[in-house]
Amino acid sequence: MLTILTTYPDVLIDGFINTLFSSVIALFFSLIIGTLMAILQLAKNKWISGLANAYVEFFKNIPLLIIVMFFYVVVPLYWFSINGFTAGTIGLTIYTSAFIAETVRAGIMGVPKGQTEAGLSTGLTQNETMRYIVLPQAFKIVIPPLGNQFINLVKNSSVLAMVTGLDLMYQGDLIASETFNTFDTYILIGLIYLIITLPLTYLMSYIERRLNVTS
Amino acid sequence: MKKSNKPSLFLLLLLPVFFLAACGSQSAATVDITERIEENPTITWGVKVDTNLFGLYDIKSGEIRGFDIAIAKAITEEITGDEANAEFVEVTSKTRIPLLKNGNIDAIIATMTITEERKEQVNFSDIYFDAGQALLVPNDSSIQSLEDLSADTTVLAVKGSTSAQNIRELSPDTNVLELENYSEAFTALQSGQGDAVTTDNAILLGIIADNPGYRLAGGNFTQEPYGIAINKGQDDFLIKVNEALNKLKSNGVYDEIYAKWIPEME
Amino acid sequence: MTIIEAFSWMNIRFLLDGLLVTVEVALLSIVFSFIIGAILGLLRYMKIPVFSKIIGAIVDLIRNLPLLLIIFFTYFALPQIGIRFDIFWSAVAALTIFESAMLSEIIRAGLNSVPSGQMEAGRSTGLSYLQTLWFILIPQAFKAMVPPIVSQLISLIKDTSLATIISLPELTHNARIIYGQNTTYVIPMFIALAFFYFIICYALSKVAKRFETKLA
Repeated sequence: MLTILTTYPDVLIDGFINTLFSSVIALFFSLIIGTLMAILQLAKNKWISGLANAYVEFFKNIPLLIIVMFFYVVVPLYWFSINGFTAGTIGLTIYTSAFIAETVRAGIMGVPKGQTEAGLSTGLTQNETMRYIVLPQAFKIVIPPLGNQFINLVKNSSVLAMVTGLDLMYQGDLIASETFNTFDTYILIGLIYLIITLPLTYLMSYIERRLNVTS
Repeated sequence: MKKSNKPSLFLLLLLPVFFLAACGSQSAATVDITERIEENPTITWGVKVDTNLFGLYDIKSGEIRGFDIAIAKAITEEITGDEANAEFVEVTSKTRIPLLKNGNIDAIIATMTITEERKEQVNFSDIYFDAGQALLVPNDSSIQSLEDLSADTTVLAVKGSTSAQNIRELSPDTNVLELENYSEAFTALQSGQGDAVTTDNAILLGIIADNPGYRLAGGNFTQEPYGIAINKGQDDFLIKVNEALNKLKSNGVYDEIYAKWIPEME
Repeated sequence: MTIIEAFSWMNIRFLLDGLLVTVEVALLSIVFSFIIGAILGLLRYMKIPVFSKIIGAIVDLIRNLPLLLIIFFTYFALPQIGIRFDIFWSAVAALTIFESAMLSEIIRAGLNSVPSGQMEAGRSTGLSYLQTLWFILIPQAFKAMVPPIVSQLISLIKDTSLATIISLPELTHNARIIYGQNTTYVIPMFIALAFFYFIICYALSKVAKRFETKLA
């Protein structure tokens, strides 16, 4: 296993960076899109909430791989060209945003109604109440599930390997097919993933425990 | 509550079967294939399913068809007496050597070039097909030959293939992206994910046969003799395969298969 | 019309063949991972010295790895140490390993969410530890566990598509073969893929919602 590490350090570091990079970008945008969708889902206008619902339900219920392949194969075939990394990251963003929307919506609904009324009664507008009163409280509720979403996101980013996304899994796969030492290569790649995901998991359970204590 | 007990109990019983399935096949990699064939005459071949002319999944009949498949069936018939004893497992350039070494398949007949590097991993039969590597580009491409590849061009290849290595050596500046198999590589070319697909001319001709609008850029720039790969330590089986291959070549069956599948090449 | 050609009976039949494999792999993996996940979750909850810790560590390792890696590993790496499955059982084994780790975590968390006073109350009425677990704790935890378990099972169904990388002839694999042979079928095939997966997963989530409201 050490020989793999010393023979292919550049490739592995490249893959590691691409995996992290893709996950962080996807997290950032899926937080924005997800929160927006959650708010739209709760909108009074039936059309808007219906559309937001459809978005969330659709992308929650089809495989990530299909979304990623759509951006890698179909979009460039008929519209414009995007490379594997971008296609993968867009797919990850859309897929994760559906789950984040679900989580945030549950969080908003978890904030007592009285809070909104209190906000409105102090003269804040509907939007301001949402932004300054409800969302901050909702985020406290959703931090643990959001953390889990991020861990899932890092793991899910491995589908980039299937669309030449140059991520850790793609590089590992190439090393395995070059060295034929599948066992050691996959163990090594697994360990590198754990370097990212395990600390996050323990951090999340720590935060969860802290939140439980304070509430 | 009573009702739901039944299926779960049944499935609990299945559980040991599941684990036995894992353990039962443990030592197969070390079993001598010729000895096993005497008890159970099936030969499992690793083949391509996405390569027109050589090994392609025929959706209509649900069978894999092509030159490689026909040769594999003919060899199986020579060795076991019945071509129906040939079983086919889908492989890609990337997966075929691990699967052979792991014992999932008995032999590889999957457009596989004989190379010194691969000979360290597996044994090869005599050459059963002579190919050479070439470039496939859209008709309107400015790429005319290998020399036109540069740092601005991207070549699509297949993971674990000699063509990916060759193109890196022959045109070190160009970008190479590797996909799982030929149909994905060609789909990626159509999607504009690269400027050319590189692999063996015979495979590329198979693509062109189905897809007008694409051409070869320049001639072959390597020699790619195809062989049947067999795991190390299976020398008896290798001898049998070579004997069968020779017989097919001498009795005219090989020529028939060749004429049926391979188009005239300029 | 390309769309009509793309959905010729020949292609539909090929897709349905794939769908059948998807369903088979999903059902087997659901059953196995549910059983193993429940056992592992309970063992971890029971806090048997050392033993529960070891199981916990293994579960943590597995659930923090990408499923794709586990699929690769079971098909390409495990044979190197003498454990070999064919493609179908590799897919089932990989999904079972991963999903049972995920499920065991849900089950453990569900049990932990029941106030510890419940256990003490059960014990004080003369029930044994296992009896309290079975009759008092599990029924209470069950309600909280159903939604995450259902969404995990839906994930499992979607995740079967990853097995296309080891050439499992499931739905995604077969759709790719069809459009690989004729690129004009790409869009119809993606529509078909989205349609099939969505119908299955959405229906399952709706059925589960019904079940949840019945429980409540």
